[in-house]
Amino acid sequence: MTDQSSTEATAEPVHSEDKLLPELVAHLRDNRTDLRQQWAERITQAHLLTSMTNQEVFSEATSVYDNYVEVLETGSVKALQHYARDLSERIIPRGVETHEVIGIVLLLRDVLARSLFEKYRDDFELLNHVLDAYEPAANRIANTVAVSFVEQRERVIRDQQDALLELSTPVLQVRERLLILPIIGVLDQDRAQQLTEQLLHGIRAHRAKLVVIDVTGVPNMDEAVANSLVDTVTASRLMGADVIITGLSSEIAQTLVTIGVDLSKMHTVGDLQGGIEEAERQLGFRVSKVPDAD
Amino acid sequence: MPTDARAPSTPLPASILSQGPNLIVSIHAALDDEQLVRLQRDLLERVGRDRSSGILIDVAALDVLDSFAARTLADLAYMAQLRGARTVVVGIAPEVAMTLVRLGVRIPLTQTALDLEEGLEWLAT
Repeated sequence: MTDQSSTEATAEPVHSEDKLLPELVAHLRDNRTDLRQQWAERITQAHLLTSMTNQEVFSEATSVYDNYVEVLETGSVKALQHYARDLSERIIPRGVETHEVIGIVLLLRDVLARSLFEKYRDDFELLNHVLDAYEPAANRIANTVAVSFVEQRERVIRDQQDALLELSTPVLQVRERLLILPIIGVLDQDRAQQLTEQLLHGIRAHRAKLVVIDVTGVPNMDEAVANSLVDTVTASRLMGADVIITGLSSEIAQTLVTIGVDLSKMHTVGDLQGGIEEAERQLGFRVSKVPDAD
Repeated sequence: MPTDARAPSTPLPASILSQGPNLIVSIHAALDDEQLVRLQRDLLERVGRDRSSGILIDVAALDVLDSFAARTLADLAYMAQLRGARTVVVGIAPEVAMTLVRLGVRIPLTQTALDLEEGLEWLAT
């Protein structure tokens, strides 16, 4: 496409793309109300954007339509990119899916293409030229919107992952020099790494001698995760703190033995209570019940 | 100040202090391989001369501990044990511990403790 070249026309090549695009844009402007209406109807028919009201769909459709025409006119997707990012930011929290966004952009492409067929159906050659000009631009627009949406979505997911990482690993002191680290949820390499880091800093800050790591809340464990747990224990020992692991479920115990992970050098106790009691014993605490507590 | 019997090279950035039955080694800056070997030799000599029963090595000032250093410390602990002294390494920083583990370095025989105080306590038991 050479739409940036001069539009000062030499009259002969009537079908030059330089002239066709402005013609196309004019057509889309003239039929704005009608085409937009058709598009919104097709969106509803296809059951897309069901989480939005018809009114919202219509107003977003208007904006997209105008942006669409502008891209065809100027050849620059900058404004559209910006708008698409905004749009994604607005609709992602409402649960709009990627296939819906791509679906509506493709629908617009179809609606506009149909209207072009309609307009130029008597002159097949001209129609071909019009489509030559229209298709690359339309594809570029669809691409831009889809990519913006997916990028925005990935950004949201990344932010959430970060937030989750922050939240998920408290290092708590339960007695003098005794820490507990309850792990809830799926452990992966990244999280195990981050957890180790927090634990080691916690050991130093609290001058801990013993750490109870409770994995009751970990649904499953593979070889990599088990090994990173072993690494956590080793690193803690280098800092002078011993580790007791509690809450290995029967499924995990079976898996670990089946896949041949060696946890025999680790100190494991059945449940968190047992782990804390064992730790207290090692640290020299004796917890006893006061008679007639009530 | 470091004792150095043979090598005429620069002084080690580490000090060996005698405190009661123990030798306290404080490493101030990263040691290269040659300096590590020298430290190992010096220490083993001192163990015999001072009739020490414990060695405490403080590495709190180090932000890197490579596999050779870790191996040398482990060897030292074993050698010192053969001469009748127990060794404890103290002050390994969290980042150093992470790196050591990630590199797959195990310091098998070496006892570790959080800091000087803890290390001395262990040596006293």
